[in-house]
Amino acid sequence: MYGKGLKPLSIATVVAILAAFSLVFFYAPLDADQGFIQKIFYLHVPLAITALVGFVVGGVFAVAHLRSGNRKWDAYSYVSIHMSVIFGVAVLVTGSIWAKASWGHWWVWEEPTLVSFLIVFLMYATYYPFRYAIEDPERQARYSSVFAIMAGAFVPLNFMAVRMAQSLVHPRVFATANGGLPGSMMFTFLVCLAAVALLWVTLVKLELTAKSASGQLKRLRRALDAPAPGGGGSRIAPEVG
Amino acid sequence: MTPSRTAFAAILAKDLRAELRSLQSLPAMGLFAVTTFVIFRFGLDRTSLSGSLAAGVLWATLLFAALLGVNRLWVAEREEGGFDAIRLAPIDRGALFAAKAAALLAYLLALELVVVPVFALFFLDSATALDPLVAVLALADLGLAATGTLVSSMAVHSRARDLLGPLVLLPLVVPLMIAATGASEPLLAAGGPGYHRFGTWLAVLSLYDLIFLLLGWAVFDFLLED
Repeated sequence: MYGKGLKPLSIATVVAILAAFSLVFFYAPLDADQGFIQKIFYLHVPLAITALVGFVVGGVFAVAHLRSGNRKWDAYSYVSIHMSVIFGVAVLVTGSIWAKASWGHWWVWEEPTLVSFLIVFLMYATYYPFRYAIEDPERQARYSSVFAIMAGAFVPLNFMAVRMAQSLVHPRVFATANGGLPGSMMFTFLVCLAAVALLWVTLVKLELTAKSASGQLKRLRRALDAPAPGGGGSRIAPEVG
Repeated sequence: MTPSRTAFAAILAKDLRAELRSLQSLPAMGLFAVTTFVIFRFGLDRTSLSGSLAAGVLWATLLFAALLGVNRLWVAEREEGGFDAIRLAPIDRGALFAAKAAALLAYLLALELVVVPVFALFFLDSATALDPLVAVLALADLGLAATGTLVSSMAVHSRARDLLGPLVLLPLVVPLMIAATGASEPLLAAGGPGYHRFGTWLAVLSLYDLIFLLLGWAVFDFLLED
């Protein structure tokens, strides 16, 4: 039932990504300072924003789960965090490439945003061992939601602490009143952000669909094998559907 | 006293009495910390420390020693059925969180009462930094107590409980450690204690404490349900 609308959403995502990449390569001007490598900005920054927003969205779903007790929200929270962790890997890789090209090193400790993101990523990477180590599915859902809320509160605190501990080297492209970016770059960036966000939503929806389908399949198999009404469920993620 | 406060006092007294009689956590934490200082002495090949190096050694040691106490915090409750008893009792679950966090805070303070003077004796030229350091220690302990209690109460119900507590807690306390080392570094500087951004870091520590104490209080009900 989560599959509804997946096809148009996928098509919209493909179109948006194609449009975004055409804009990046054929429309946006070359950066005077950094040249071609600056184009990775159009991928790196939207990925980072989407991943961070995804983590927070996972926390909001977790609140909804604890408030309503509906396991559906835990599945949403899990998939949101899961997808954001995957995006997070891409953020660290693209950030590292950009750092090598523009600052000369693969990793720059003086760079608060990069370091903060790494710490946030490490925090959320522990979500998986945490979740899988709790066997009772109902308790797993509840504890995972508490984790998601805790980590959600941790994200802004962490960014604040890391930024205070370090000097500012990262390009603050949106810091000035007019955005600091020329209009054509800003437009390209926004299209890229929309495309990456759409990609995130599509992948989350796909994952939820797959989970609900495999949950339904499991339930049907169980119904065929043994007519007894059975509890239990997927150990890794709750069934939805 | 209100029922919650009675419950808080009873659980806290029970924990402290159990620790005093069994001495399960505190001696281990102290020994661990002192041995770690010795390892740092050879690992860094320094006989005296100051500034960021001193702050790093002190906080890394305290954090890892604290993890030992955090890991043990709920083991007795789970093994001896304390969780079930609390669930049966008509008391606010927040009282359990507060009492356990207070017990952990007491362990950490007791640990530091012994270990920080040893640190000063081993590595510092003068003990003048210890007075202002007390404020940093107290605020950082409060944050560690809040997050440690919360994380270990969940980890103790998992298959990999000794592993999971430190695994989740370490990244979670990174901001706390940034602020604690940030405040301690000028205090432990070579030429006597300095107070560069001392107030700011204390404010960050307080903010962290406040957020995680409130969060723990708010979500703790959900951890005991069932």
